[in-house]
Amino acid sequence: MAVSTRIVALALITAGAVGAGTWATVQYLNRPARGPAAAPAETARPAAAARRIKATLYYVSADGLRLAAAERDVLFAEGTAEQARRIVEALLEPAPEGLASAIPPGTELRGLFVGERGDAYVDFGGSLRTNHPGGSTSEILTVYAIVSAVTMNLPAITSVQILIDGHEVDTLAGHVDLRRPLPSAPQRAEKGTT
Amino acid sequence: MRVRFLRAVVSLGVVVAAAAPVEAQAPRGAVPYSVLSAEGRRSVAVVMVGDQEMLRLDELAPLLQLTVREDRAAKALTVSRGASVVVLSLDQGLASIGGKILSLAGPPVRDGSRWLVSPDTVSRALAPIAGVRTEVRRASRLIVLGDLRVPRVTVQQEPGGPPTRISIEIIPRAAFTVVQEPKRLLVRFDADGLDVGPITAGGGLVESVAAADPVTLAIALDKAFGTFRAATVPIDAASSRLVIDLTAAGAPAPAPSGLARAAQPPPAPAPPAPPPPAAAARLEAAVALPPAQPPGIRTIVIDPGHGGDEQGTRGAGGAIEKDLVLDVARRLRSVLDARLGIRVLLTRDDDRVVPHDERASIANNNKADLFVSLHANSSPNKSAKGAEVFYLSLDGLGAEARKMVESPEAVPVPMLGGGSRDIDLILWDMAQARHLNESAAFAMLVEEELRRRVEMSPNAVQQAPFRVLVAANMPAVLVEMGFLSNPEQEAQLTSDEFKNRVVQALFDAIVRYRARIDAQAAGRRP
Repeated sequence: MAVSTRIVALALITAGAVGAGTWATVQYLNRPARGPAAAPAETARPAAAARRIKATLYYVSADGLRLAAAERDVLFAEGTAEQARRIVEALLEPAPEGLASAIPPGTELRGLFVGERGDAYVDFGGSLRTNHPGGSTSEILTVYAIVSAVTMNLPAITSVQILIDGHEVDTLAGHVDLRRPLPSAPQRAEKGTT
Repeated sequence: MRVRFLRAVVSLGVVVAAAAPVEAQAPRGAVPYSVLSAEGRRSVAVVMVGDQEMLRLDELAPLLQLTVREDRAAKALTVSRGASVVVLSLDQGLASIGGKILSLAGPPVRDGSRWLVSPDTVSRALAPIAGVRTEVRRASRLIVLGDLRVPRVTVQQEPGGPPTRISIEIIPRAAFTVVQEPKRLLVRFDADGLDVGPITAGGGLVESVAAADPVTLAIALDKAFGTFRAATVPIDAASSRLVIDLTAAGAPAPAPSGLARAAQPPPAPAPPAPPPPAAAARLEAAVALPPAQPPGIRTIVIDPGHGGDEQGTRGAGGAIEKDLVLDVARRLRSVLDARLGIRVLLTRDDDRVVPHDERASIANNNKADLFVSLHANSSPNKSAKGAEVFYLSLDGLGAEARKMVESPEAVPVPMLGGGSRDIDLILWDMAQARHLNESAAFAMLVEEELRRRVEMSPNAVQQAPFRVLVAANMPAVLVEMGFLSNPEQEAQLTSDEFKNRVVQALFDAIVRYRARIDAQAAGRRP
């Protein structure tokens, strides 16, 4: 029993990173993987300084009611989790001309962890919640800009749970249920705008 | 890959071990929990840690036939019974059962040489491996061990009368007898104990209702009491309602009917004549009582979104969502009260924080037939405008919820009466799943009526995984009246005229939905 107990205990501690998102833990697990990892959806393209890939990111459409897809250059990274982190970091940068960002300015990405079942846990600083303007539409756009950016570019990731300061939260602004990973929702990620 | 993963985990143990475990800070006493088992009732101490109630693991473990061992290296408590093992992290609210990870309200807390665990931990992490069936009812501060029959009983006196009507909800169903004694009626349950929920009674022919002994409720009677009639109404497969009609001495007896005739006591002489002999009637059979009100929409819960520190969204002109939606909710209540005469409840009638689950509980516990959550919207783009109506989507709820929608008979129906009982989280979360079709139908009616009166967004009806809707056990929608982020809409939304248009639209949608329900009921009648 001692061995099995120890394995269970170890699994528990690993999951600790999932549930409560210990920052050190997340960083550790997100170190670049050496083994085979899911390739980004877009092929890699060498850039002048650092290698970059094309990724589809999601912003607020001109009518303010939908997500609009836009292709952006994102730093290449080895490993699914590391690439997911680069994609979310790119999403936090200012939106392209003509579109608005669905993420409140000043939002900080604290960590990102990918579980064995393809669930990504994306941990943001508290300002994502405190700076959020509220309203169902705004909240849906924020949540699905993040979910879509990660899942639509990285087929190995099928769902995303948003954490705040390392903790699970009920909602960001009182509407969307964030207690579990949200699966990819292609219908919410519109195509078209570049 | 697997080897590398485990190695990473081993290293992680060191990282996590660096954190100090939480300790109980100045624990103080609190109202204990009761443990009901075949051996009788005993209490277990509650220690407050901050505002969290914790139970002593050294008291509970023997009752649940569990062995506890601290694994300092893994920073975990190992709780086991034979080969069944639960590992509780000491750093975070997480447990591992058979390789499955469970998120808990918090980690165990050290209190001197003892360990304290939350009722949530007992219910969700320890109960599954306990040597005896373990049910934690947090609202009742009760832990039921073994196959004891401890129904939850909730007593409500219906407004109005005569006759004075007392309604007792019994979950799960239990047989009972009603016995008339001088000045009181005794309702004695065939059970091992009672979990007595809220009692709302008094007035008319009833002075009070209270527990008389562990399995009996006593209804204290006014001296004008003459006779009573009782019958059970099945609610669903698992619960039933006992309805007792009381009439005054000298008043016409309740209308003759073949119902619950066995419950008729002998005619009671008027006081101060000697009391009648005790009359008892067993009412196990589900004898139908004509409903006090016609079928259809009897209770509506209106949920003004946000409140207190949770202000919701704000307009540039200063309008605040929480105030706006409360104003509209009150207006809607007035109209429904005055024109439909149905029972209307607000999840909040003032400016305060109401947790999402409490909003759903208010609707579920009051057997609401409709749940309408009111909100005002916002978009990063100021041009966004128009009203939107949402009902629940099952994104993220998992396969069980979908199964429930596809084959509702195949999955046990969550039983949501009886206050904030310690209900399995997953079942609670699926409550709305079985009402999705009706929620969609109601959402369409709301959209049609709103469209006649206010501007609609191009996404007029949508599905979304909204937190407040998941646990509502009745058709439920969330209405976004318009965008406060749009200055033009903010001016509209704060005007009496616009609010009244929204109220009229919701009123008309409710009337149409009621007609739909009535037509469905008529269609079912032979």
